[in-house]
Amino acid sequence: MPTEDLAVRFDRVTKRYGDHTVLDGLDLEVARGERVTLIGPSGSGKTTILRLLMTLERVTDGVIHVAGQPFSHMPGRTPGKLVPASERHLAGRRRRIGMVFQQFNLFPHMSVLDNVVEAPVHVLGESRDEAARRARDLLELVGLADKVDARPTRLSGGQQQRVAIARALAMRPEILLLDEVTSALDPELVAEVLDVLRDVAHRTDITLLCVTHEMGFARDVSDRILMFDGGRIIESGPADELLEAPTEERTRAFLGSVR
Amino acid sequence: MADFLPELGRAAPRLADGLLVTVEATVLGAALALVLAYALGLLSRSARPPVRGAARLVVEFFRGTSLYVQLFWLFFALPMLGFRLEPLACGVLALGLNFGAYGSEVVRGAVAAVPRAQTEAAIALGMGPALRLRRVVLPQAHALMVAPFKNLLIQLLKATPLLSLVTVPDLTFQIDQLRSSTGATAASYLLLLGLYFGLAVVLSLGMNALERAAKARAGQEGGV
Repeated sequence: MPTEDLAVRFDRVTKRYGDHTVLDGLDLEVARGERVTLIGPSGSGKTTILRLLMTLERVTDGVIHVAGQPFSHMPGRTPGKLVPASERHLAGRRRRIGMVFQQFNLFPHMSVLDNVVEAPVHVLGESRDEAARRARDLLELVGLADKVDARPTRLSGGQQQRVAIARALAMRPEILLLDEVTSALDPELVAEVLDVLRDVAHRTDITLLCVTHEMGFARDVSDRILMFDGGRIIESGPADELLEAPTEERTRAFLGSVR
Repeated sequence: MADFLPELGRAAPRLADGLLVTVEATVLGAALALVLAYALGLLSRSARPPVRGAARLVVEFFRGTSLYVQLFWLFFALPMLGFRLEPLACGVLALGLNFGAYGSEVVRGAVAAVPRAQTEAAIALGMGPALRLRRVVLPQAHALMVAPFKNLLIQLLKATPLLSLVTVPDLTFQIDQLRSSTGATAASYLLLLGLYFGLAVVLSLGMNALERAAKARAGQEGGV
């Protein structure tokens, strides 16, 4: 695949914490507009992939490319050599990427509307009116038009997570990272969040990288599922195929344990 | 005691002046301390080791040397180097430096207490370090700072009598004058205790209101 058609490319990416290797020379390509779900036992490195992409962690070795350009690194003084990216290099580039977190991480000192308006105004430089209009549209999309003035702490977990989705979308990311977005929710609140995300997946051409244990949701939205174990991809394939007829024993065992 | 009350009446205008000087020293000292607390507290979280190290050194120096000695140094030693400050300015400077150093630990601790996840959410929205601090971290840290700042403010008020030792005509200075002219030591100092207590209560009530407002703004109505 030509590199400009790739939203994300991991080139032999290794991530270590001390002696513990979380990702081990990982190669991963995600096409523009592709929806990829990462599954696997906890500690297998799925969330680390999202955190590296969001620049919340730095790679130990290897290079991450976004939209065909080096992302985790930038050209150094020596031609052809890449050096770890500076905060300035990352500042503009990370705007292509948005993330929704397991614990929502809404800003408790701002109203729901201000949570969504904050970054478009202060990062993208949109006018407050314009950003507020769009924020109201997005909050409508996630079914929370009546909560614009509420404080996040007054909302249920499912409502908070839907605000977080609207907040991420307000930045118009090309790539959206979903990090176990329903894991912290009470079971009866999971559906409302997944319904919103299905809607987003179907209405937009956003590239999705998703870590989840909700296999039904993975099947609905994913083009491809990657099974992780021990920091490596041990099996990958179209969602239906991988979920129906996994070839690896470890995939079968994992799918058996989450169903 | 019989002639204490008439003397007190005659001294009232001077006592009022002294009270004003004490309030002035407290307010100006606290204002300088607040500015220094923010600057030193934030610098001591800098990613650059030299900046962090310099901030830590300043904090440790002004915390580790007595306010009394700092004040005397500014008043008696500094003029020998060719810089003469007004007595009140010496007092305000010493209070600001000393309590600014303590306050910087409050700022540093409060900023560190804001969950890392808040910073991560801000990074995910493309916010740079300055914007994250200003819009996300500090507004939440403020609510955590008010209670410890209240303690420091009352301690600062109670440290202001030291200023009378470098000829600042504050409340303690004026009451001392009253005591020497009347010889009513017990009554004079009892009055002084009462006046400082009254000032401390006013400051305390003000800070409590500030704390409630800060917590409500930070979305922490239900406690921290």
